[in-house]
Amino acid sequence: MLYPEKEKISLEKLKELQLERLKWSLKHAYRNNAVYKKKFDDAGFNPDSFSSFDDMKRVPFLYKQEMRESYPYGLFAVPMNKVVRLHSSSGTTGNATVVGYTKNDVEIWAEVCARSLSGIGATEEDIIQVAYGYGLFTGGLGLHYGAEKLGAATIPISGGNTEKQLMLMKDFGSTVLACTPSYALNIADFAAKNAPELDFKKLKLRKGIFGAEPWTNEMRTEIESRLDIDAYDIYGLSEVIGPGVSCECEAKQGMHVFEDHFYVEIINPETGEILPEGSQGEIVYTSLTKEACPVIRYRSRDITRLYRDNCSCGRVFTKMEKITGRSDDMLIIRGVNVFPSQIESVLVAVEGVEPHYQIIVDRKGTLDDIEVKVEVNESIFSDEMKVMSELSSKIASKIKTHLNISAKITLVEPSSIERSVGKAVRVIDKRKK
Amino acid sequence: MNIQQISVFIENKPGRLQHVLEVLNSGHINILTLTIAEINDFGILRMIVDKPNTAHDILRKENVTSSVNEVLGVGIDDKPGGLLRLIKCFAENKLNIEYMYAFTQKKGDEATMIFRFEDIEAAKNLLIKEGFNIMKKIDIIGDQE
Repeated sequence: MLYPEKEKISLEKLKELQLERLKWSLKHAYRNNAVYKKKFDDAGFNPDSFSSFDDMKRVPFLYKQEMRESYPYGLFAVPMNKVVRLHSSSGTTGNATVVGYTKNDVEIWAEVCARSLSGIGATEEDIIQVAYGYGLFTGGLGLHYGAEKLGAATIPISGGNTEKQLMLMKDFGSTVLACTPSYALNIADFAAKNAPELDFKKLKLRKGIFGAEPWTNEMRTEIESRLDIDAYDIYGLSEVIGPGVSCECEAKQGMHVFEDHFYVEIINPETGEILPEGSQGEIVYTSLTKEACPVIRYRSRDITRLYRDNCSCGRVFTKMEKITGRSDDMLIIRGVNVFPSQIESVLVAVEGVEPHYQIIVDRKGTLDDIEVKVEVNESIFSDEMKVMSELSSKIASKIKTHLNISAKITLVEPSSIERSVGKAVRVIDKRKK
Repeated sequence: MNIQQISVFIENKPGRLQHVLEVLNSGHINILTLTIAEINDFGILRMIVDKPNTAHDILRKENVTSSVNEVLGVGIDDKPGGLLRLIKCFAENKLNIEYMYAFTQKKGDEATMIFRFEDIEAAKNLLIKEGFNIMKKIDIIGDQE
């Protein structure tokens, strides 16, 4: 553990620290940002009246849409001369959201990423290959600063150029890989195809820290066996800070939220009501120390559960489960709630099927129609048509059993489903909203 | 050695067959005979080529899914009832054909049929016993690999 004095804080002390920092953060946002001032005033909330966690329910939520409307600097709470870094979301679904960092913000971000790496068992002895995209996306630079802060040798290779990724793994002796889980599988695919002689057991690579898109435990098993590493989930969102909001420790059972910097709540996404510990719902974030872009009760749309256990790693920080879906990614198909991650779990459970899939939802007449495209690799391909038909039926019947929806399964050629170094396009919803 | 067949997964979309043929052409692979089985969205292209293993490697490099497996090549009399005699023999011995297709080239007075069986050796032994002419890899494909 890199900062035991902070990470092994007692629950009581943590609550004290959070309350004190919450008061500061609420006042900071209110006094230094016009958007927050107006929101708080409209809701009749005065940060000076905030005295206990129970008062949180009086604080208005911040929605993604408001961040977009504030493009570019509308939610900044410090003058531009205090800002040392800007990042931005891709903005594929509307205006981009821009986030700024002061020197202190960058420092805290590096620290939470360093803690994440240390939590998975990485040390200054490690050689960390950062294969997240570098640039406006927070993944690359976040892990980069974290890896350096940890004191590890950091390779800023960025995403893509898979051949070179493999070359560096061999020649530089990388011990830790940081990238998206889909890119990790991409590397395994590429190696199987182009370098079948490469034995991952002979590489020094021993751990991977994967995030920026939701992934399942089944996918973890696949990555671990194909790359011969231990794979851990790191979570974050640029609106809150980037990667390093929470991360799994070596126990691989839930991601510890760095609660001394982020206050988290679980709410009912329909009503906004705060749910008791252990309930599943939408996770809402409030930054406790961020200066440039404070986020106050940000509606992440990510569905998860928070709980505390006596974790073997000794951290008191609450755990969040792997994200089971997004409240706005949730597809309602013929009245059934479906998360893409559920379809993924079904697919990877079918032997030999790789989780390269895409879900296409359309409305034929009045009925919703769901199609799942699955790429055919050599391990599931057969020259016999009956074997291929059986594969389709098997997937369809498993989806029916697990999710109670009838999906059309389309087998497609490898690499025909769009995938990127960043995030895979998992869902196409053609229905008119 | 039995005849090797290469099978390729192709989506039922314009240009996909062309793509496979272009890849094969780039590796100077000669196709001796082929057949396509299809259902709604995709097809399985099955071919006898002169260099099946080379074809498999270059297709894999181009991210095209394919597989190599053994099939039985049987010579039959090229006259009425020639195929019937062979099929009767399968039926009597309860050997189920997975699929079959014909060879385009003729060898003397014989036509060549290609058969896919679950158990190729059982079918082969039976036909040898019945006096059929079983084609070897070298007869059909040659020895380029």
